[in-house]
Amino acid sequence: MTHVRPAAAILSALLAATVLSGAPVRAAENADPIRLTLHDWTGQLITTQIMGEVLKKAGYNVEYVQADYIAQFAGLKTGDLHVAMEIWETTGRDALDEATATGQVENLGESGMLAIEEWWYPSYMKELCPGLPDWEALKSDACAEAFSTAETAPKGRYLGAPVTWGGYDDERVEALELPFEVVHAGTDAALFAELESAYQRKAPILLWVYAPHWAPQKYEGEWVEFPTYEKACYEDPAWGSNPDMAYDCGKPRGPIWKVAWSGVKDKWPGAHKAISAFSVDNDEMGGMITKVDLDGQSVEDVVAAWMEANTDRWSEWIK
Amino acid sequence: MSEAASIPRAPAPLAAAGAGGRENRRRWHIIWGAGVLAFVLLWQFGESYAGWAFDIPRGWRIPMQRWISDAMRWLVEEASFGLFTFTDLTRFLAAMVEAPYRLVLGLLSTGILDGRGSAAVQLLPPLSWLAVTGVAMLMGHYAGGRRLALLVGGCFAFLAVFGQWASAMVTLASILIAVPVGVVGGLLLGLAAFRWRMFDRALRPVLDLMQTVPVFAYLVPILFLFGFGPTSAVVATIIYALPPMTRISLLALRAVPEEAHELGRMTGCSRRQMTWRILVPSARPGLMVGVNQVIMLSLNMVIIASMIGAGGLGFDVLAALRRLDIGAGIEAGLAIVALAIALDRLSQAFADRRPEHGAEDAQRKGLLARHPYTVAGCLLVLVTALAGLVAAPVQAYPKALQLSTGSVGSDIVGWINVNFFDQIEAVKNALLLNVLVPAKRFLAGLPWLGVSGLLGLLGWRLGGWRLALLVTVLASLIAFTGQWEKAMVTVYLCGISVVIACMIGIPVGILASTRERVWKGVELVIDTLQTLPSFVYLMPAVMLFRVGDFTAMIAVVAYAVAPAIRYTAHGLRQVNPQLLEAGIVSGATPWQLMTKIRLRLALPEILLGINQTIMLALSMLVITALVGTRDLGQEVYIALTKADTGRGLVAGLAVAFIAIIADRLIAAAAERSRQRLGLDDTAGGRS
Repeated sequence: MTHVRPAAAILSALLAATVLSGAPVRAAENADPIRLTLHDWTGQLITTQIMGEVLKKAGYNVEYVQADYIAQFAGLKTGDLHVAMEIWETTGRDALDEATATGQVENLGESGMLAIEEWWYPSYMKELCPGLPDWEALKSDACAEAFSTAETAPKGRYLGAPVTWGGYDDERVEALELPFEVVHAGTDAALFAELESAYQRKAPILLWVYAPHWAPQKYEGEWVEFPTYEKACYEDPAWGSNPDMAYDCGKPRGPIWKVAWSGVKDKWPGAHKAISAFSVDNDEMGGMITKVDLDGQSVEDVVAAWMEANTDRWSEWIK
Repeated sequence: MSEAASIPRAPAPLAAAGAGGRENRRRWHIIWGAGVLAFVLLWQFGESYAGWAFDIPRGWRIPMQRWISDAMRWLVEEASFGLFTFTDLTRFLAAMVEAPYRLVLGLLSTGILDGRGSAAVQLLPPLSWLAVTGVAMLMGHYAGGRRLALLVGGCFAFLAVFGQWASAMVTLASILIAVPVGVVGGLLLGLAAFRWRMFDRALRPVLDLMQTVPVFAYLVPILFLFGFGPTSAVVATIIYALPPMTRISLLALRAVPEEAHELGRMTGCSRRQMTWRILVPSARPGLMVGVNQVIMLSLNMVIIASMIGAGGLGFDVLAALRRLDIGAGIEAGLAIVALAIALDRLSQAFADRRPEHGAEDAQRKGLLARHPYTVAGCLLVLVTALAGLVAAPVQAYPKALQLSTGSVGSDIVGWINVNFFDQIEAVKNALLLNVLVPAKRFLAGLPWLGVSGLLGLLGWRLGGWRLALLVTVLASLIAFTGQWEKAMVTVYLCGISVVIACMIGIPVGILASTRERVWKGVELVIDTLQTLPSFVYLMPAVMLFRVGDFTAMIAVVAYAVAPAIRYTAHGLRQVNPQLLEAGIVSGATPWQLMTKIRLRLALPEILLGINQTIMLALSMLVITALVGTRDLGQEVYIALTKADTGRGLVAGLAVAFIAIIADRLIAAAAERSRQRLGLDDTAGGRS
């Protein structure tokens, strides 16, 4: 099995790019490199490199920079960095609002992908708690017992996302009167390490899973079905089953945004247009993530394959 | 202080001091009794009468977060020196770091480029893997003979064979910039502190802050000031790696024997000669411990540096663990260790090399005889560069020959997980329910007023009213900025970890100090522990122990045990052999030799080790935040992800205050115990 090493691969891509840089830069626009940020999850690497390849085809000078998901906003504001391809409505909203309010950062619209975040369990848990996926099943003591550990018993244990992601799970448990204790993982690597561990032993686990991600592709399981999110649910206590508390519903699902430094529009107007036009959907992305993370292909190969298969689409973006 | 210590040695005032001491001790018993009683009363019954002593009312809190955020905004947006702004200055510094970095990166990784981004044109290819390995081996041979050459060659070959070459060179480039700056800067600061007492006083708190404020806390301001990319990562690395070098320089310079000073004075050295010809060379063994620490800490920052754009091996580790590809994570982690070992052993060998005399006859020979290594190195680079143009395997290690452990790492962890999880869980639960949770409950229930008071009393007892004032003010500041609860969780987690680390580290250090072979093995293990990114073993630990305090504790102990071992062994090994000789002659048993002479003489060094263990434990808080603790580290981490400078720095400062309190109290305790030991010594000598 060959292993993918993104940084190594990116570097070799950079090297290759430097040798093959024969394409003419659009005469009227700036020849400075457009800096796209890379984070540490595969989907984002794919999205960004597709965008980068498309821009290269249009004759732009492209540079990839590794940056932290939230810390990158400091760079986007000052113009040190130019484009961030994946800002999730669910996790990046606060930072995005703060940044766009300064006028230095511009939201270039939806990427076509929809972020899903919800409580998730492996299919084998259905035998122990037959009422699932309906959330009401979790209210029974038997189900809570099935999901419990020594520290939480008799309550069930729900492994939530890092505190920084928000999500109002503590409030949800209280509002829906679920006999569960919320334990927060510190990072998503820890989140999926626990899932992997439990799945190997067919042990009980109930945790936060998001998509697009490789986990729902690799493990068999489903999302808990809570009352569907509405704006009123989070804002108005009267809404929903609990008349005194908000958050008595599931999590919102939201788009993944493309974000850029506001200077991009004037410096590279053509690129601005192309980035705004970029669009891929969840299934397409899920397939590509699976190829990289589970089948062991390199990000470059997957991106190259996509470019070849979708010539019509991307040439439309850069027209 | 030292004069005070020598007074009781004189026989005459000894009796008087003894009587006074008894009275004094009785008085202290009463003071302690009263203090503890007041504390217990407050703790047990105070909550209903004085809730503010447990939980500071919101209105009393100091809005430090807002002040810091405002100050930061002013610094970034408005601060100006007239001709140029503060940001201009920091950007200029960034450019000063960036230029040599780009050059080294070009040589090692990207090739010398014209322009940037995908439109850049490569003028020269980077050094081939054979050239880099060869040059490193030549340096090894020059400094330490064939064995070192083979070791260094093996390390670099490991990088190539396991397919880590490209990333390793990116990491190496940033290390090659950060380490010299850290070493030279640390030495200069150490010299200045050695010369001027005032400077020493002013520097100590700054060093404490640099070492203990978690890196995540100042990452955001650094990004604002130094721009995005590798430069910021290098700056953060320097801030983190510099303090131990300064501390150890100072300690080593102070330990230079009086004879060396006298020699300098007798031969009429100027001030500069005294510094560079006498002091620094005499202090070299100690200074090399500092260099070692700078290299280790720089490599330790690789992961965090990669989060703000340094790339390289750190990024590979993060990416691999996000896919739960434990094997790939371990490979990239071990590549960091291989780099660390190669760099560390090379630097040690260079320091140990004595300058050769008898260069006169070499003058007459040719260039090759005078500079055989330089010539060989240049030839190697030239030949491989030319050959690389024709044969690709010379330029880059062929992909087909790369090895990988594949899924073995994941399989092993999976096997342990499936077969032994229940036993592991039982041990974990026992420890958790009987030790960790009670300790946490106990600490969380204490009133801040009482704890600050007791700390103050302790400070007064150990070091007088100045120390008492310092610790009381710092402890109260933590409470008044609203961090008390999280601070207590921090104290609990780090306290337990430090105790365990010392319980493991000091005995191991004692064992290793007298046995050269054991020491070699132990050194390899602690170097690995200190440089292997904790993320690599954190994720398997999460799989086996779940997220939570227990996993965090394992990570902290694994990382913080290194200085406890290293300083203990180093202190014991440098005990003056003549004193040992004297002990053996007077018929001391090995046990007596160890306890009465070696351990006693090594005590300052061991205490420095414990001090460093605490510092490192606190610096791991950021990492423990990644497995879901609810302490100050988590607060800093949240602040980072919200890019909230004020919130991060306030929590970071609270961490630093805890460290400073611990540091000062330990230092004062050490000073007192040394005094008391001196007294006991004379008493023992007379009987």
